[in-house]
Amino acid sequence: MKIVVCIKQVPDTTEIKIDPVAGTLIRTGVPSIMNPDDKGGLEFALQLKDNYNAQVTVITMGPPQADAVLREAFAMGVDRAILLTDRVFAGADTLATSNALAAALKNIDYDIIITGRQAIDGDTAQVGPQIAEHLGLPQISYVTDLKFDGEKNFTVKKETEDGYQLLSVDAPCLFTVLASANKARYMSVAGIIDAFDKEVEVWSADTFPVDKSKLGLNGSPTRVKKSFTKGTKAAGQMYEVDSEQAVEIIINKLKEKFII
Amino acid sequence: MDKLASKNVFVFIEQRNGEIQSVALELLGKAHELAQKLNQKVVAMFPGYQISDKCQTLIAYGADEVICMDCPQLKDYLTEQYAQAVYQVINKFNPAIVLMGASTIGRDLGPRLSARLATGLTADCTSLEISEDGHLMMTRPAFGGNLMATIMCTEHRPQMSTVRPGVMQKASKDDSRKGEIINFTPQFDESKFKVKLLETIKNEKTKIDITEAKILVSGGRGVGNEEGFRKLEHLAQVLHAQVSSSRSMVDAGVMEHDKQVGQTGKTVRPDVYFACGISGAIQHLAGMEESEFIIAINKDKFAPIFQVADMGIVGDVHKIIPLLTERLTKEMSNK
Repeated sequence: MKIVVCIKQVPDTTEIKIDPVAGTLIRTGVPSIMNPDDKGGLEFALQLKDNYNAQVTVITMGPPQADAVLREAFAMGVDRAILLTDRVFAGADTLATSNALAAALKNIDYDIIITGRQAIDGDTAQVGPQIAEHLGLPQISYVTDLKFDGEKNFTVKKETEDGYQLLSVDAPCLFTVLASANKARYMSVAGIIDAFDKEVEVWSADTFPVDKSKLGLNGSPTRVKKSFTKGTKAAGQMYEVDSEQAVEIIINKLKEKFII
Repeated sequence: MDKLASKNVFVFIEQRNGEIQSVALELLGKAHELAQKLNQKVVAMFPGYQISDKCQTLIAYGADEVICMDCPQLKDYLTEQYAQAVYQVINKFNPAIVLMGASTIGRDLGPRLSARLATGLTADCTSLEISEDGHLMMTRPAFGGNLMATIMCTEHRPQMSTVRPGVMQKASKDDSRKGEIINFTPQFDESKFKVKLLETIKNEKTKIDITEAKILVSGGRGVGNEEGFRKLEHLAQVLHAQVSSSRSMVDAGVMEHDKQVGQTGKTVRPDVYFACGISGAIQHLAGMEESEFIIAINKDKFAPIFQVADMGIVGDVHKIIPLLTERLTKEMSNK
């Protein structure tokens, strides 16, 4: 079985802070990481490699420095890594991103494609289903568990608001996976050493057939017209007191507000 | 699709087991407002099975027309079945705007449709307005809620948007409202129905919906582990409150995802929100800052949570919470 996992390098959004004076994002010093949902998807692929000898390819679209997440994937155990990087891809919204990835995927052998549910810098959850549509594949999103029958069928657990669904699908298909689905493995020491010797294939928009008018900013139906930070409300009363006094203060406030 | 000829504000009506979901009614309320500005109509797209008797409800909540797709193939939500049905409606009626709930259904169907229609989709919007030249301005949080972005789709139609549940206001129900019901039977290509639904399981434990709670006792990294959360449970019991969590504790597997407050979790507005050992990453604040009264307890007096708290206690949650629980238990028994 051949699996392609789409991954993305993202800024660790939990580390982003706002400049209180300028009201702008402070992005310097924010670490870049492999998107957590994608890592969950990669772990499923590597489990299928462990148990069924699947071949795992990772692909990412991004600037040249996105090479780092592909090396990380090598160190976790993937067989092949492809970096889509070209100025033509820049400024893409979700649809243009999915156009580029789907066009590239047409040149790779796969039985299943796995993506993360969403990336933490955009939180849109759109690129996975859009790739599935371009490639004419059935999709299951919000995946928290996958059971493979060893031939071609998957029984899939999909998270919903108030529980889950069990769904059945045959390969070829596309899954979008949650980070909470599993505990992704660490890079192995030998893997880390090898990762730097392995070849990351670098593909530009000229490497594979693609309609360039559907890529990047020009191929994006949506445009960001403006961005702004939310104003924060005034801070309330602070108390630095011992625990007894703190409890007293809380209880008095709850009484005042008729909570108790 | 033809931009100049496109018109009307369409709302995808999400139902589960035939029950219209709250977010659909919220969207009808918003759609009514947008349609008035455009001098156009609100059209509800209503797929499901044995649902025809519910069309009038949609009119009462603001729909001028209901396109009812009542067929057995649409009984349960499945991506391809719904994508085919809704695509055919959009193709035939050429809407200017399509709104959907940002639920596990809307966020699965929306992108599939946007790719099929080759148009833009803006996810998880928190505000929708009409620009002076009649386009939809869609505002959404980005970078984990650190930034708000206003997005437009001026050259493609329809302009599509998913909206988070609980953000828009339902219109008040008016049973005397009149509207038109159009029955639409999609032509299905069943050879494309590849995914089968085996079973739907409701989680017993997750019947509690934290968005409905009047008081929330919420824990973060400072609470640490299951044992720490048991202390919060005890306090919650005394206060008849519910326990919720920050993302870190969900990622660590201590709490379930449906208890998560924040940008990638739920948006809550309780009367009282206890933030216990929560530092206050902006992505968390995005889900709770509208709470009526916020009490933050944290060891670190520089924690960002204190910026939004109405009352900030610098101290150890592991000491304060059990003590508070004990004192409240006494207070309650004295009543």
